Amino acid sequence: MVEFRIDRRSGVATYLQIVQQTKQALRLGLLEPGDRLPTAREVVQATAINPNTVLKAYRELEREGLVEARRGLGTFVRATLGGGASAAGSPLHDELADWARRAREAGLEREDMAALLTSVLDDTYRTPGARRTQQGDENA
Amino acid sequence: MTSVSALEAHGLAKRFGRRRPPALDDCSFRLPAGRICAVVGPNGAGKSTLLALAAGLLRPSAGALRVLGAEPAAVRERMAYVAQDKPLYGQLTVAQTLAAGAELNPGRWDASAAAAVVEAGPLDPKARVRTLSGGQRTRLALALALGKRPELLLLDEPMADLDPLARHQLMGTLMADAAEHGTTVVMSSHILTELEGACDYLLLVAGGRVRLGGGIDDLLAAHRLLTGPVADLAPHTVVESRTTGRQLTALVRQDGPVDAGSWSTAEPSLEELLLAHLRAPEAPPLLTPSATPSSPEGVAA
Repeated sequence: MVEFRIDRRSGVATYLQIVQQTKQALRLGLLEPGDRLPTAREVVQATAINPNTVLKAYRELEREGLVEARRGLGTFVRATLGGGASAAGSPLHDELADWARRAREAGLEREDMAALLTSVLDDTYRTPGARRTQQGDENA
Repeated sequence: MTSVSALEAHGLAKRFGRRRPPALDDCSFRLPAGRICAVVGPNGAGKSTLLALAAGLLRPSAGALRVLGAEPAAVRERMAYVAQDKPLYGQLTVAQTLAAGAELNPGRWDASAAAAVVEAGPLDPKARVRTLSGGQRTRLALALALGKRPELLLLDEPMADLDPLARHQLMGTLMADAAEHGTTVVMSSHILTELEGACDYLLLVAGGRVRLGGGIDDLLAAHRLLTGPVADLAPHTVVESRTTGRQLTALVRQDGPVDAGSWSTAEPSLEELLLAHLRAPEAPPLLTPSATPSSPEGVAA
């Protein structure tokens, strides 16, 4: 189960915050196929947001094939993101952690590393054909 | 629009005495059932009058207001109304107040829903109502309203007396009730931030008239904030515009595409939208299709 944190001053639409936090939980392996998302009632009781906002977020996740609504039972996770390869302890995670350690030893600051990573990501997704997999969550 | 209306007003007006300006004048709007509606506007705008008319405590001076498809007096059992001053019996205890709620609402009283609101306070069941603080009275009044299991909940300034924690918690309780039972909730406030996030529908009342009505997303999408060189803004409807040197800033209702080359455009925030309308009382009112009442023939009372 996940818990959503709504930041009203973030400028990101509330339903998108729920979508993004669900995707983040899927990427990190905190949510796995078969897990139930909290009901709209549970989310609004804890966050005091509008129930239709939660339903809108869940519809969006359903449209992207990540969750499915089962009548009378709730909304369940159908798919993972990043194939679980980005979870803590996975080889890709460990390689990146190793890289960060070496970058620090080489004298890079946190901001330098973030800038470097961003520029590599920009290069990676600039190549045609690679863009389609990256659509969706950041287009607020 | 085939969905059921929680509220539907046609030419609604209310005067208190002949010499005073009307509290409400020629208001027509519709609130679909199942929405969480914010009634916002400055002090003295007519918000409380509107809610009291919906609750059937006042009679319109002109026009008509249908509640859940009927006259307000005919559907009193199906709605709950919490007035701004939270009228309760001071000499009763909390437990006696809840017992009275059960007594007065035979067949529909939900004792566990009411008890949950009181216990979350927590309120001492043996405490007399007159010893409660403003926030505690609000909690008890909301417990009574929710215990009635209403289809329509009318709340006049419900959050005004509450500390931030109680406000968040009671708003969560209201939203949970709406999620579970599809309750239509109408809440008034002159402080927008109290209601933003919880509400998905809006009625902006100012000077006794409904200035904006509709789903909040629809209302925001109908407006654009433009910044650019001073120019003619036609064919868009200008709500408000300001010129600083060579730069023009305007809130407009979009009619056709905006020249993206020379203008930078953004969707306004809810606060920007409301403030612009309050600063520009001459701007024409706007009701989105879902907030537009059906033809008046059907409601001749």
